[in-house]
Amino acid sequence: MLRKLLAKAVARALVLALAAGLAAPAAAATTSAPLEHQPWSFSGPFGMYDQGQLQRGFKVYTEVCSQCHSIQYIHFHNLGDPGGPFWSPKYPNSNDNPYVKAIASSWPRQVTEINADTGDPSHRKPTSADVLVPPFPNDAAARASNGGALPPDMSLLAAAREGGPDYIYAILNGFRPTPAGIKNAPPGKYYNVAFPGDLTSYWTGAADAVPTGGFISMPPPLTDCKVTFDDGTPCKLQQEARDVSAFLQWASDPKMNERKQTGIAVMIYLLIFSAILYASYRQIWRNVAH
Amino acid sequence: MDAHSHSHYEPNTAFERWLDARLPIVRFGKDLLDFPTPKNLNYWWTFGGILAFCLAVQIVTGIVLAMHYNASGTGAFDSIQHIMRDVNYGWLIRYIHANGASMFFVAVYIHIFRGIYYGSYKAPRELLWLIGAVIYLTMMATAFFGYVLPWGQMSFWGAKVITSIFGAIPVIGPAIVSWLVGSFTVDAPTLNRFFSLHYLLPFVIAGLVALHIWALHVPGNSNPTGVNVKDKSDTVPFHPYYTVKDGFAVSVFMLMFAIFVFFMPEALGHVDNNIAANPLATPAHIVPEWYLLPYYAILRAIPDKLTGVIALAAAIGCLFALPWLDRSRVRSMRYRPQARLYFFIFIAACLILGYCGAHEPDQQIIPGLAAFNIGDSSINSMAWLSRIAGLYYFAWFLLINPLLGLRETPLPVPESISTPVLSHPAAAPAGAAAAPEKKG
Repeated sequence: MLRKLLAKAVARALVLALAAGLAAPAAAATTSAPLEHQPWSFSGPFGMYDQGQLQRGFKVYTEVCSQCHSIQYIHFHNLGDPGGPFWSPKYPNSNDNPYVKAIASSWPRQVTEINADTGDPSHRKPTSADVLVPPFPNDAAARASNGGALPPDMSLLAAAREGGPDYIYAILNGFRPTPAGIKNAPPGKYYNVAFPGDLTSYWTGAADAVPTGGFISMPPPLTDCKVTFDDGTPCKLQQEARDVSAFLQWASDPKMNERKQTGIAVMIYLLIFSAILYASYRQIWRNVAH
Repeated sequence: MDAHSHSHYEPNTAFERWLDARLPIVRFGKDLLDFPTPKNLNYWWTFGGILAFCLAVQIVTGIVLAMHYNASGTGAFDSIQHIMRDVNYGWLIRYIHANGASMFFVAVYIHIFRGIYYGSYKAPRELLWLIGAVIYLTMMATAFFGYVLPWGQMSFWGAKVITSIFGAIPVIGPAIVSWLVGSFTVDAPTLNRFFSLHYLLPFVIAGLVALHIWALHVPGNSNPTGVNVKDKSDTVPFHPYYTVKDGFAVSVFMLMFAIFVFFMPEALGHVDNNIAANPLATPAHIVPEWYLLPYYAILRAIPDKLTGVIALAAAIGCLFALPWLDRSRVRSMRYRPQARLYFFIFIAACLILGYCGAHEPDQQIIPGLAAFNIGDSSINSMAWLSRIAGLYYFAWFLLINPLLGLRETPLPVPESISTPVLSHPAAAPAGAAAAPEKKG
């Protein structure tokens, strides 16, 4: 036991020495449940976003997530861009899209401006040119309302997490009752099997049976029928989680449809071009021994 | 050979004669196209052209990106999202540029390994090799500066780790770091100067490439046999023979490039770089881009920081010394079976170093396998794997190369470039049986 501890200490010291030399921190032994790959409509080289799913996901974002999370790189008009949740070929200029206009004008929060004549703060309804108005005016206000934790901006959430939408889906489905062997769980935190953490210091059971996962500051946001879907899709928790994960993937990578469509054309073009060049090469070199 | 001795340019019009007497630029271009090139160059030789293509792509896309990019601590991250979301085809231009850096390094590593395998650095091409090594070093600096510009978490912390390497220099190290980053720590001034240098260095590379090609055109290309060109029958004019072959290779290279750009554009990046730089939150693992990982592994293999930095510098320095470390008179490893074996182990060592660089030093190589410790860490750890691979890396340069040239028995080298290719079907007299296995 002592030898094991000593070996561990030496290993730790080496890591620290190496890491300190590079100004990098020693990594804690974080664990989380392995990610399950979900069958996304946008997987693979031909996969595209499912517009109905994006609309449902947007509803989940609006009614639940947007209470705490901003999405600072998404403007209302982006919702009507090609590939977006409310894209319609009838409205190539997404600012004219009636859904976009209606969503902007009925948004629960107003835009704060400075009145040009008086210099006083004033408020107005958002237009399609505005960013989806965030729930908090600044990070300090967001922390103050969330027990000191800052709800991350959601524009790039799917791109900034290993596993992307699979990770978001796993977190939303990963809330469990705190395991019995956990003592002194931090107050205002929630146990989540998919959230990377290290529960060793809370664990009172066998040393090799430390539960995977960690404590997350976000309370379980979704329950069955927290959001009802206008298209009749059953409002199960898994459905809500899947749809909002897809929506957040779109928010991270809104040009994916266009990118893959262009890519397929480019590949076909280059294949033909390469074949022509190869034929030219054989033709030009036909009389040269090499 | 001076430029005019093999010139086939005949100015035909009065204007061309007038121009040729004052600025023989048309003659210069014609001579480049006519340049006599060994006829036996294989596809490994196409990477020179591919690299020229990569440099052009990076410069063109980079100039467009700079039109939309905001090099400021508060605006950089937002401006990248502006490019990705609002600029017309901004996503395409940025993904070409970001993946283009990786493609550039894929090509340059193949080009360097080709040079080593065929002994292209040996007399009279030592200076050609040295200029190439300087280009490679400048490429690494440029790529590093470029990776900092999005000002995400990995940009910021990568910049911190790399600049801190210079802090290992005794006495003046910390002052050098402050001077490099323009502040007491990596901050907005660092970003601005890195942007300035990132815009400057590609043009330095372009100048170095001109020197590289100039130094190539004095002795001419080496070739897979390593035998010198004897007469005209050994060569073909560069155009159309190699323009079409390089063109085909570039097109196939673009196919691979396009797979990354259009279908897996973030595969070579790191998710943490989609989080804006935050000096108060250190990412769990700080890793450089893949093309720097072997050096990162060498740096981390040694617990003492200064020694690690010296090893890192020496690892790059060896590349410069290679023309004088290799004592063999036979250029091509085709005729050096022993050298070939050590060369392939060398490639494996470089790949293993890259693998180690991507993992934490204390991580187990075979998970769950208990092993004993040697010195400070387990024999079953990335730390020891990188030490063993690093040791071979240096031994290959400093022991194997000098000794092997004196001790090995090379195979017989052909008389001329044309000799080994006479069996090619195109050289066989009409009606002779073809040898299909030699085709192509």
